[in-house]
Amino acid sequence: MTTTLHDSPTVPLPDEGPRAARRVRGQAILSGGLTAVLGAAGVALGLSAIFGEPRHLRIGWLLPLVGVRFDLGPLGGLFVAVTGAVSIAVGVYAVGYAQREHWARFPLVMLPLFVAAMLLVPAAGTVTTFLLSWELMAGASLALVLSEHHREAVRSAGTFYAVMTQLGFAAILLALVVLSAAGGGDAFDTIAAHADGISSGTRTAVYLLTLMGFGSKAGLLPLHAWLPRAHPEAPSPVSALMSAAMVNMGIYGIIRIDLQILGPGPHWWGLTLMIFGAVSAVFGVLQASVATDVKRLFAYSTTENMGLVTLALGAATLLSSYGANLVAAMAMTAALLLILSHASFKTLGFLAAGSVLAATGLRDLDKLGGLARRMPGTTVMFGIAALGASGLPLGAGFVGEWLLLQSLIHSPHDDNTLLALMMPLSVGAVALTTGLGIAAMVKAFGVGFLARPRSAAAEAAREAPASMLTGMTLAAAACMVFAVAPVVLGPLLTQVLAALPTVGGDAAAGPVLGTFLRLPGFAGSTSPGLIAAALVIAVLLALGLTRWGARRRPAAAVAPLWACGADSLSSRMQYTATSFAEPLQRVFDNVLQPDTDVEVTHFAESQYLVEKVTYRALLADPVEQRLYTPVVRAVTTWAQWVRRAHPGSVHLYLAYGALGLLIVLVIAR
Amino acid sequence: MSAMAGLATALQVLAVLAGAPLVVGGMRQVRARLEGRAGGGIGQPWRDLRKQFRKQQITPAGTTVIFALAPAVVAGSTLLIAAILPLITLGSPLDPAADLFGVVGLLFLGTVALTLAGLDTGTAFGGMGSSREITIAALVEPTILLAVFALSVPGRSANLAAIVSATTDHPGQLISPGSLLAFVALAIVIIAETGRLPVDNPSTHLELTMIHEAMVLEYAGPKLALVEWASGMRLTVLLGLMANLFLPWGVAGAHPSVLAILIGLVAITAKVAVLAGVLAAGEVFVAKLRYFRIPELLAGSFLLALLAVTASYFFATPTN
Repeated sequence: MTTTLHDSPTVPLPDEGPRAARRVRGQAILSGGLTAVLGAAGVALGLSAIFGEPRHLRIGWLLPLVGVRFDLGPLGGLFVAVTGAVSIAVGVYAVGYAQREHWARFPLVMLPLFVAAMLLVPAAGTVTTFLLSWELMAGASLALVLSEHHREAVRSAGTFYAVMTQLGFAAILLALVVLSAAGGGDAFDTIAAHADGISSGTRTAVYLLTLMGFGSKAGLLPLHAWLPRAHPEAPSPVSALMSAAMVNMGIYGIIRIDLQILGPGPHWWGLTLMIFGAVSAVFGVLQASVATDVKRLFAYSTTENMGLVTLALGAATLLSSYGANLVAAMAMTAALLLILSHASFKTLGFLAAGSVLAATGLRDLDKLGGLARRMPGTTVMFGIAALGASGLPLGAGFVGEWLLLQSLIHSPHDDNTLLALMMPLSVGAVALTTGLGIAAMVKAFGVGFLARPRSAAAEAAREAPASMLTGMTLAAAACMVFAVAPVVLGPLLTQVLAALPTVGGDAAAGPVLGTFLRLPGFAGSTSPGLIAAALVIAVLLALGLTRWGARRRPAAAVAPLWACGADSLSSRMQYTATSFAEPLQRVFDNVLQPDTDVEVTHFAESQYLVEKVTYRALLADPVEQRLYTPVVRAVTTWAQWVRRAHPGSVHLYLAYGALGLLIVLVIAR
Repeated sequence: MSAMAGLATALQVLAVLAGAPLVVGGMRQVRARLEGRAGGGIGQPWRDLRKQFRKQQITPAGTTVIFALAPAVVAGSTLLIAAILPLITLGSPLDPAADLFGVVGLLFLGTVALTLAGLDTGTAFGGMGSSREITIAALVEPTILLAVFALSVPGRSANLAAIVSATTDHPGQLISPGSLLAFVALAIVIIAETGRLPVDNPSTHLELTMIHEAMVLEYAGPKLALVEWASGMRLTVLLGLMANLFLPWGVAGAHPSVLAILIGLVAITAKVAVLAGVLAAGEVFVAKLRYFRIPELLAGSFLLALLAVTASYFFATPTN
């Protein structure tokens, strides 16, 4: 695989000294502290909006003509609270990370700004405010992605991200302008009140445009390509914020504009959401299972999880369009739960990957290994994140996926061919996603943290400082709560669901998240807390079994590994991430289209003796190659043509101006 | 939950603990006889376990706590599954805590623990076994969940007691196309999950063809005993699950009497014995598949499961 060396921790700053260190320390505490405080404020505000009255704030002078208006309802409150919670963990973590990585002043300033912008997006009450906050968020995140701009890979990722995020913004801008023109106002409330009068053509246009714009922010296929580029190259706390909080804004946009304001939509809205979601989930997890860069793996896992969320949203829309409100409420609750759990384990995952990166300078799993002994705290954190991401019981993602599957299998199917075909296929997609997700996470944890180090840098790793561990512990605590006691989320989700009448919110009852998770109207329940407790007892019982005959045993001993009779094993003999995923790469050869090359060099003396074998595998994103390359080429060609129109002649430009003015006058007459 | 149901559940766990080595021994014996050998007898795995448990604890150099704990996690998760499944009674107090999705999750939790242990050793064999095992597990998962889906359509629930009692109430559903397809799909999946022929050869000693055995190559003594015991228990509970999903007669109700529990115990023992015997006899006639042909087999079973769901939708007889 390609080497991904990260050089900044080894670059000594010119003004290294106790005073400079103290200054950096002060700045890091200020920036991280501010981020965490903003986050805490976000959590408080979000919760008060969910459980209390909706919050309103109007600042007339801030923008000319329209002013700025914030309305925070239960739905926005949920996203504000999630963003805030992620920011608390990231803020605490950043205090240590910024010192260890010698952050410059610029990213330290941008970090709280980015968080503030993200908190504003779900609170926006008008189209103008929404677009302003959205652009502020996009700009701040772009600046943060580029904070290590001295590296070529970062610049390339930044360009990619900038272009895609601005194209997405253009789509959203167009959609919202059309929407506010048709809805007769700038405020979302006004538009929602007049939504019934909007023609179906306008609805379709707005839906398609927002799906494109918000879908690209959420990392859905085929507009996901910025994600696996920007996430690995951004500093890890920023990756965590982007992956756990910012991509959620794409989902928020879809729910708010398409499902809450414009909904209920026709059948095909739900259907397209389900298809885009399922394809994104399967493609994302497939790329994650063969990725060797740990942050790229997590980035693709984000595409996967957002795909699952979109699938759940689509199921809720489709089911409620057929009047199955009870099941739609289940699917919608699943979507919200998946957003919450994804935020928790993805924050933790990126932060733990950041600790590894800071300690070793490596993101490449093929060069890591053996970190469990050197960084035990980080290893435990990464393990909790990986368990959450794999969707197994005891992991944060289990409850959401369980509920999603339940909503799919309980869909009504009497005389409805569409549902009878869509639901089994979706279950298949979700199941394949879970299966491959387990493989990806086992690879990330097993190859990265267990066994023996595969490079000198991994061998010299040391544990992350206390503030980084504290930040991770906060995220890990959230993961554990989601994993064993989702009961605490019950009232919160009920409130949010009630604000979404078009996707199951008007059902008599949503799923009950008590000690037992029950589905109203259906015989089905699970209890993650009880499973966890029973599993602990069962494992203790199994450990008790091994005591059988213990008294007769000789004393325990440590013995070398089986080396097939050779002297010892070198760390090069271990499986790497590439070799671990090779069977999957072969099985899904058609989808992944890997470019592999094996070169065998023989000794000159005999062609039966092999001197060395070179294996090279290049796993490019096939969607990116097939879809983006032609588009980029076409734009380049077109730009070449346009270039001929401005050769630098002032006379020609004056003629353009005159001609343009004439045309405007003719039209305006 | 009644006290008797709790008792029956405890009996289930004990029966699986005690019966698993016998199931493995019985299968080896059937195979030996069909191949013209005398065989070691049904009790041989029990004797092996006793021997292994008395041996010295050996920790391979450089392994972590993951390696040490993995056998207990596999065994523990399997014991928990044994307590959840309606093997003897429908009234397991844990039944509402985990439905079939939860059971599949627990099964995979055990697989993941062993896979990580294989990687933890840092040997080529450990990594090879883990990589192969997790690939198969990833491809098995869609089939299992789809088969679960097909089975939960008639009872309108994925909770096991509900599925089983729906089948006992409407036995006609057993010969529906959906149910038959789901049976075949689940059978292939169970063979793959428990590492039987033609997916994996449990008695192989050639490292290059090993899957499960390569992964646990570094285990010795009491830990190896626990790993082998656990894999026997996995086989037993999965056969028991299969038996009661498709032949649910003899299972005691949610509030069983002592007699019903005894009948349930005898019934499940007989069913598992017959299934294990059939599986062992079938294994004599097949060779192990090439590793990269296994995905084709699993894709086939996935297709069967998908057809099962579609069939159960279109041919479903309403139960309520």
